[in-house]
Amino acid sequence: MTRRRTGAVGVLAGLLVAATALAGCGGSGSPAGAPSPGGSSATAVTGSITVLAAASLTGAFDRIGRDFEAAHPGTTVTFSYGSSATLAASITNGAPADVFAAASEKTMQTVSSAGDTASTPTPFVSNTLEIAVPKGNPGGITGLRDFADAGKKIALCAPQVPCGAAAQQVFAKAGITPRPDSYETDVKAALQKVASDEVDAALVYRTDVIAAPGSVQGIAFPEARSVVNVYPIATLTGARNPTAATAFVRYVESAAGQQVLADAGFAKP
Amino acid sequence: MVSGLTARVRVVRDHFTLDVAVDVAPGEVVAVVGPNGAGKSTLLRALAGLEPVGAGRVVVDGVPLTDTDQGIAVPPHHRRIGVVFQDYLLFPHLTAAANVAFGLRAGGVGRAEATRRAQNWLDRVGLADLAAVRPGRLSGGQAQRVALARALAPDPRLLLLDEPLAALDARTRLQVRGELRRHLRDVAGATLVVTHDPVDAAVLADRLVVIEDGAVVQTGTPGEVARRPRTEYVARLVGLNLLAGTAEPAPEGRSGSRVRLGTAAPVVVPGRHAGPVYVSFRPAAVALYAEPPGGSPRNVWAGEVVGLEPAGEAVRVEVGTAQGPSVVAEVTPEAAADLDLVPGAPVWAVVKASEIEVYARG
Amino acid sequence: MLAVPALVALVFLVLPLVGLVVRAPWRQAPQVLTSPDALAALRLSVLTATASTGIAVVLGVPLAWWLARPGLRFASLLRAVITVPLVLPPVVGGVALFTVLGRSGLLGRPLYEATGFAFPFTPYAVVLAQTFVALPYLVLAVEGALRGADRRFEDAAATLGASPLRTFLRVTLPLVGPGIAAGAVLAWARALGEFGATITFAGNFPGTTQTMPLAVYLALETDPGAALLLSVALLAVSVAVLAALRDRWTRAW
Repeated sequence: MTRRRTGAVGVLAGLLVAATALAGCGGSGSPAGAPSPGGSSATAVTGSITVLAAASLTGAFDRIGRDFEAAHPGTTVTFSYGSSATLAASITNGAPADVFAAASEKTMQTVSSAGDTASTPTPFVSNTLEIAVPKGNPGGITGLRDFADAGKKIALCAPQVPCGAAAQQVFAKAGITPRPDSYETDVKAALQKVASDEVDAALVYRTDVIAAPGSVQGIAFPEARSVVNVYPIATLTGARNPTAATAFVRYVESAAGQQVLADAGFAKP
Repeated sequence: MVSGLTARVRVVRDHFTLDVAVDVAPGEVVAVVGPNGAGKSTLLRALAGLEPVGAGRVVVDGVPLTDTDQGIAVPPHHRRIGVVFQDYLLFPHLTAAANVAFGLRAGGVGRAEATRRAQNWLDRVGLADLAAVRPGRLSGGQAQRVALARALAPDPRLLLLDEPLAALDARTRLQVRGELRRHLRDVAGATLVVTHDPVDAAVLADRLVVIEDGAVVQTGTPGEVARRPRTEYVARLVGLNLLAGTAEPAPEGRSGSRVRLGTAAPVVVPGRHAGPVYVSFRPAAVALYAEPPGGSPRNVWAGEVVGLEPAGEAVRVEVGTAQGPSVVAEVTPEAAADLDLVPGAPVWAVVKASEIEVYARG
Repeated sequence: MLAVPALVALVFLVLPLVGLVVRAPWRQAPQVLTSPDALAALRLSVLTATASTGIAVVLGVPLAWWLARPGLRFASLLRAVITVPLVLPPVVGGVALFTVLGRSGLLGRPLYEATGFAFPFTPYAVVLAQTFVALPYLVLAVEGALRGADRRFEDAAATLGASPLRTFLRVTLPLVGPGIAAGAVLAWARALGEFGATITFAGNFPGTTQTMPLAVYLALETDPGAALLLSVALLAVSVAVLAALRDRWTRAW
């Protein structure tokens, strides 16, 4: 049992999957067979699947993948992580994949309206924003109001990317006009600026703070509850292995999967 | 007397040692002559400070520029030694006038004054019209004159010229050589010319310093050197036969001397000489015969033709003799044809005693 | 026979650019290209790339001269060090700049504590990031030109009484002028396209640190059409500038 992870859009992974699927065609169960419920007889679930997932799911999904493979011997899960928008674009452009887990319902919407989802997208976790500050909080950040202080170095995600869009909503609902020094292209870039102590604070997801190195600490704030980001998951029409794909989605929704996600900082949807 | 150049330099490189002493008086033009690889250019670069000197002293107008004993090594730009380089090295991005003005500007002369003086220099070398022209559009002779003006403009204490005529074709060379000689005569300071061409050296210089394998082998006026070469190389340069031997005067009451040359028959020469000597004579003084000459001429060598080559209006014939030296004869083309001179043909060479120059060796 | 690979190379280079032009939604062009953010990004890109190139020339030419000197010890090691930014992922370059010039960097911290100024999130940081990635191109190009140049012209200048500095300024520099121009053009092009080190070290704020490549990248997230248009605009400006400069600078005397 090997596990592969690629950072690139799932083209290469897809090719690998296609190769393994072809090789396994003769021996394994019929791809048209009825999906077996999670946790039941494992014999029907076998072969390889490719899962495209939002980058924020990286740690939790790696763990879930290992557990899933252990629960269904003979399966191989290959992940391709990236920005939800980029992954969605690659799916609608025909990238071969079995499962898509997005960081926003809007992004999932673009895939399902293109007819590329095989199952109805279902929310499986949610994520809220949290203030990330360098270890020791050198900027003395206490809450969301500090983001309006021009004297503080502030990084936000760009409004074009999901964490930036969420931040905009939070500020709008709180009635605060932030004065950032930089609109970062993604969560990782924002966190990197916090970790290297170049900014006093950044607004990122709670899961990102937990996954971040020890040089970053989080500050929860009450306004965060006003904007909850829901993560949907769905199997794809382009799936080469719908049985295993469905089993994987079930596994993510199962108690075991939910526990791994909760450990990573995700909340129930 | 401390004016002019007094130099002794020793430069050691991989398999080559240059160890040469040269003195040049103010107003004097000295030519350093030698075959390629003799170390001429190395000497010039060492004098200019462009080549590190292993040991030695270079003094110009009483100012020590290099003195390895005292740790003196004045950098090139503080030496005030002008150099005309072999391919002139005119700055291609500057006009002729700007090239000439370059040294003046570097010496702190203002722009207007430098331009005026550069123009004067171009006038002097007859290139007033070409002041605004870039070097790429100058002929070889013009470039050489600009290079000379450029080197002289900052009023150097010593002028060095590296093969100043080598880059020119044969026709311009003749004319430029005469002009260069005239300009060098006007230089008040010491001038050192490096050349491999004996004619250039003879025309340009008051005195020659011949170097071979990094050492001086002969010095003297061009006339002295040409008449009495001391090495095979110099003899070939000036086109003379040169033989080394030992002289003994003829018995009392008879004129002349006999010079022994190895195993060959002794040569009879005019004048009274004793001890080691050089014997030299012009190729034209050698007569060739297809048969043993009649009568009893002296200084006859039997041999065979080794090679022939045209030399101006005449033909040069190299004759190898059985026990004696090889000599070069110069004959008319008609004579060469009459004698049926082809390589390998037997031939008798005769030199008249009166044509032979004898001088002490060592 | 050389024509075939040459043609393939040309097509390989040009076709993607043609694709950009063909696929760009030209009807949106007036609106996208005249938006304040796009204009600010274009202006910032041109200004910072030009400033970076200027710094690269002022610092890089002497470095190249030094590297090209015969008999320099550890020359190949030095050359390898200078080449590192070429192979380093630019993002890593940005992180490396943080460690030195960031608010808590080796030099950045004393500067910040003394003056309250920090490079990140300022246009200066953009220039620094671009200079970091562009400088090696200039140094290598100029060093090559210096190696190819006839060093004896420097000897000639010295015998005319010119100090080493004067020789460098008046003789060496003009002689390798075309090489410097070529290096500067390379550096400018590299600086103009810089993304990774800039986003990392300078951040992204419209009008201050958001250069065209950053604007293109963000536009890709939401509006691929606009991204195409911005790319074409950047392409047009750079081609125009490079064509104009190539003609003027790289002409030999």
